[in-house]
Amino acid sequence: MITRVLAVGLLAGLCAGLAVSALQSFTTTPIILAAEVFENAEEAKADSAAFDAGADRIFAPAQPHLILVHGDARSEEDSAPSNKEEWAPQDGMERTVFTSVATIATAIGFALIILAGMLFSGDVINEQRAMVWAAAGFVAAGLAPAVGLSPELPGMAAAGLPGRQEWWLATVLCTAVALWLFLRSDNNWLRLLAVPIVLAPHIWGAPHLAESHESGVPAELAAQFAATSLAVQATLWILTGFFVGFLWHKLGYLNARPAA
Amino acid sequence: MNTQVDTIPVVSGSERSGALIAATVAFVFGVGLVFTTGFAHPTTIHNAAHDTRHALSFPCH
Repeated sequence: MITRVLAVGLLAGLCAGLAVSALQSFTTTPIILAAEVFENAEEAKADSAAFDAGADRIFAPAQPHLILVHGDARSEEDSAPSNKEEWAPQDGMERTVFTSVATIATAIGFALIILAGMLFSGDVINEQRAMVWAAAGFVAAGLAPAVGLSPELPGMAAAGLPGRQEWWLATVLCTAVALWLFLRSDNNWLRLLAVPIVLAPHIWGAPHLAESHESGVPAELAAQFAATSLAVQATLWILTGFFVGFLWHKLGYLNARPAA
Repeated sequence: MNTQVDTIPVVSGSERSGALIAATVAFVFGVGLVFTTGFAHPTTIHNAAHDTRHALSFPCH
């Protein structure tokens, strides 16, 4: 059983991840590269300001949580502004390869989570049902958190990362639990309970910067990216679900043959 | 009615517990992978997975 689950998860993630990597290379990645031009301009501006203001800027109490994307995260770790280059994939082929690997790994993760959910609930695993699980996965991990934290481009100002990650996780958990209660429960009171659970993280509120901050990225680009990245994530989930159901059958027959 | 291969609703208790163990293993691996690509802080992992994090609307930076 474990071998079959892991094999299906790996293969389904590989197939869906490869397809979506190709999709990313002409949908989201060009927008990210375009935004980085603005991000780098912003960073250069921030760097020159840092030289002028020195320690004043770093310890300025007025902007305690302002994270100007990659620039500040790095200088926080290094504590002193240094020119030490951290490793990053080279633009072009290398970067595309790493992005594809990361996308495939994420798809394998999604596939294993879909399989885990279906096995826990004793569902029949086929294409249709796995795609329904995948759609629920997208609602929980894509749509719901995007309501509070819209998909970001490099160069957009945002609140501190740990706070956003915690809110994201809490929202995914709440939405998943609420979906389970609503879709799988026979008790109408439990279905009603799903409503406050799904709303709770949004009433609590996602972490945002206290003061509004001028972003270097044009609004049109950001809006286009928010929609595109949600579509890409939805595609990844649905394709992963499809391949989970499809390969579950195929690999099941392969496993059954020697025993028969 | 259904063939053994097609169905997961399993009959015997040991098969059910096998499914639960497999589900737990899958869940742990799955969450681990998504955490690594989507959330892990080390700069190297962040830079390698950067475009994927943005493209799949994980909180990044």
